[in-house]
Amino acid sequence: MLTVKFSGALKGENKLKWLAKVEVTLKKAILDPQGAAVESSLVTMGYDNVQQVRVGKYLELVLDAADRDKAAAQVEEMSKRLLSNPVIEDFSYIIQEAGA
Amino acid sequence: MKSGIVVFPGSNCDLDAYHLLRDVLNEEAEYIRHDAGSIGDVDLVILPGGFSYGDYLRSGAIARFSRIMPAVAEFAASGGLVLGICNGFQVLTEAGLLPGALIRNRHLQFRCSQVYLRVENTATPFTCAADRDNVLQIPIAHGDGSYYAPREILKDMEEKNQVLFRYVNSSGDITEEANPNGSIGNIAGVCNESGNVAGLMPHPERAGEKIMGSEDGLVIFRSLLQHLGKEGVGASV
Repeated sequence: MLTVKFSGALKGENKLKWLAKVEVTLKKAILDPQGAAVESSLVTMGYDNVQQVRVGKYLELVLDAADRDKAAAQVEEMSKRLLSNPVIEDFSYIIQEAGA
Repeated sequence: MKSGIVVFPGSNCDLDAYHLLRDVLNEEAEYIRHDAGSIGDVDLVILPGGFSYGDYLRSGAIARFSRIMPAVAEFAASGGLVLGICNGFQVLTEAGLLPGALIRNRHLQFRCSQVYLRVENTATPFTCAADRDNVLQIPIAHGDGSYYAPREILKDMEEKNQVLFRYVNSSGDITEEANPNGSIGNIAGVCNESGNVAGLMPHPERAGEKIMGSEDGLVIFRSLLQHLGKEGVGASV
């Protein structure tokens, strides 16, 4: 399953760089007073077709990992342990090659 | 009673707790740095109020991974008494030592005022000197103090009497108006299942002298002294 894309990866030295984009949002069941305030402002501005505004967090991080799966596993773990609080928040992420 | 007060970068009520313990109650107290490896020989660990690590990401989220925290968790697991006040409460929930979470105040305002609390469970080391349905006047000062726990967790907590304090009016009634931050069930403070770890958003350490407007916060520290089997001295002068 583990495919080696670059010759150097075999030695475990030339790890690839990955860009993780993590979104953290309040669980649906939890009231979001910030979202409500933003929504109220948008409606006041005339965008009266707007509803259900939710404010979340967006984090970017670059990490070294041998492959995408390893990068994803680490981002998953970091999201559960620190980037989000599973009692009140959900998270999702995408992993992209970050280039050199 | 010997207390260890953990000092995180950004703690700012560490001195309030120290003053109350040392100067008002004449009890032993010392600071424990966030990067210390052990808590030493103490009867009580206090996680004080403040804005540890600037409250970045979430209140308490970064402090929860401080070097001292595994020692605090170990102390708690062995039955040691741990009290989290305000930011300290947030740290304890982030660390999973207390259930639930503290989120942004419903009205989005930082609320600094006197509130009334009702003691819901007087069978814990933190409340054993209080009368049932005692109404305490204690100040709050927080922006992220709205207590939340999922329904099934909350039900479990209620059954196990883990709710210690609720926001009430001066007559002791639970009302919407008496709730300063939108906390679910007007919850102001909780404890863990075994009752040796507690947290609350209000500041009992700031309500220990007449000059502060209320001495009602002393009941928590007198409870701890009573639980530990030592009489407090000094405060009744």
